[in-house]
Amino acid sequence: MLKKKRKFFYVFLLPSFAGIMLFVILPFADVVKRSFTTAVTGQFNGIKNYQTIFHNQAFLLAVGNTLKFTLVCIPFLVLTGFVTALLLNQLESKGFVKSVYLFPLAMPTATVVMVWKMIFYKQGFLNLFLTRLLGWTGFWGEVHTDYLGSGAAFWVLVGSYIWKNLGYTVILWLAGLMGIPTEFYEAAKVDGANSLQRLWYITLPNLKGSLYTIVVLSFLNSFKIYREAYLTSGAYPDKSIYLLQHVFNNWFVNLELDKMAAAAVCTGGFLMIVILILQRLWDRNEA
Amino acid sequence: MKMEVRRKKNEKSVKQLKKAVQKVLIVLLLLVPAVFVVMPVLILLSGALMDSHELRNHLSSVFSQGNEFISWKLIPDYPSFANYKKILLETPQFFILFWNSMKLVVCILAGQLVMAVPAAWGFAVYQIKGSRVLFVLYVVLMLLPFQVTMLSCYLVLNRLSLLNTHLAIILPAVFSTFPVFLSYGGFRAIPAQLLEAARIDGAGEITIFLKLGLPLGKSGLLSAMVLGFLEYWNMMEQPMAFLEDKALWPLSLYLPEITWGQAGFAFCASVVTLIPAVFVFVLGQDYLEQGIIYSGLKE
Repeated sequence: MLKKKRKFFYVFLLPSFAGIMLFVILPFADVVKRSFTTAVTGQFNGIKNYQTIFHNQAFLLAVGNTLKFTLVCIPFLVLTGFVTALLLNQLESKGFVKSVYLFPLAMPTATVVMVWKMIFYKQGFLNLFLTRLLGWTGFWGEVHTDYLGSGAAFWVLVGSYIWKNLGYTVILWLAGLMGIPTEFYEAAKVDGANSLQRLWYITLPNLKGSLYTIVVLSFLNSFKIYREAYLTSGAYPDKSIYLLQHVFNNWFVNLELDKMAAAAVCTGGFLMIVILILQRLWDRNEA
Repeated sequence: MKMEVRRKKNEKSVKQLKKAVQKVLIVLLLLVPAVFVVMPVLILLSGALMDSHELRNHLSSVFSQGNEFISWKLIPDYPSFANYKKILLETPQFFILFWNSMKLVVCILAGQLVMAVPAAWGFAVYQIKGSRVLFVLYVVLMLLPFQVTMLSCYLVLNRLSLLNTHLAIILPAVFSTFPVFLSYGGFRAIPAQLLEAARIDGAGEITIFLKLGLPLGKSGLLSAMVLGFLEYWNMMEQPMAFLEDKALWPLSLYLPEITWGQAGFAFCASVVTLIPAVFVFVLGQDYLEQGIIYSGLKE
């Protein structure tokens, strides 16, 4: 039986695994090799490429921005998603609201970019709205901030990330919330726990598994923000949103493959460690 | 005694009222972000119906760089289908790009069905020593962003001389591990006893996969398709890196190239691009949600 199991495991897995070997794993091994050689002649030059990228201003700026972006976005998304899911969970019919929240996921980035520009450029809707609001309250005069060309671009990106991914997160939180047996809540009610206590002692501890998932998936999706960044501001945007993805793309365009190889190995290695640590935490939590 | 009953009744109705008010407040609170979702769509739809003169009026500040603000009307003064006509009847290039997008998405999804679904079945049904390690590898690959694998992908495509062809986009995407993970979620939900019973009845393993696995695990597989469609319809990074020839581009790359001068055309093109995505979204929403939940399942 075991032998048969083994055989069929290989039969079903083989096509997929062969493809992954060919398109991902073997070429990545080649990239690791290349990260220790020069781009043109292919001679071994030790850790020189790594030294180069860690002295490269653009790369360092991008690493910083990407870290900052992730550290701002993910907690923000996880929290807003959680609050939304808690509210939504109180309603009996959630269908319509869920659809509305999910819809941005279906909108191709390219179709909203023009609208984004109309909202955030110097004479755009946001400034118009602020000016009207402030003309009405009389706090200050006209507002002409160029959101995409200044440090505010970072927050525009944070906003579009939340806009796009809130629905995804809400669905995951809702699934977690619905997985908690109602008896837990009834028992707590009988014991006289108020709603805040029920949230703290029942809801939150039961959602730890969902939290790991949501963090991992939010992280995965956070890299796709490059589309918005690139389409609204091009390959060399304001330096507050110059992300790792820009660096990779620009090095690719300029064929600086040695730097790219070193950066791919570093980023890949770092992400792998983060993923494995999260998975370890996840496993332990489950046990 | 009577008073007591009445008081209780009153208390009850006050409680009910409070609950009702609370619900209304929740709905209102939840609908505030909905404005941000609906607005871009409305702007697109209305912009696509404006004639060029009206659009130029609204967007004059973009061209003049003056201090005037943008203006807009959600219901155009002079609604016109001129831009739709231009796109659908007078711009054959648009069709080429539309079919490029369609071809890429359909080929990728078909390829994933053939490659990823059996792999998911293998992971779900035949758990042997080492299969878990392999699965973790698949999860890690699923989570690596495109930029990390961009160079390796380029190297292999270059060696196979596939660069600047549609296969350069299709083949690597076919071996994405995300659909494996999603289909796995669907297959895991099939009770093992059922498969055992089929084996006792003499069904072969392949038959079990085709006759039991696929129909019973279809929610996982369909959700992989729905999420996949939305993802690949919106694909940008890969074609941007591997397709030089603009005639091969998908719509998602072409749209941003349209300039402000042709804003009406751009709005229209956006609406047309949006239609297939909305279609899949509406038809597949249950699977989309299911897929999101599967993507969050622990193995």
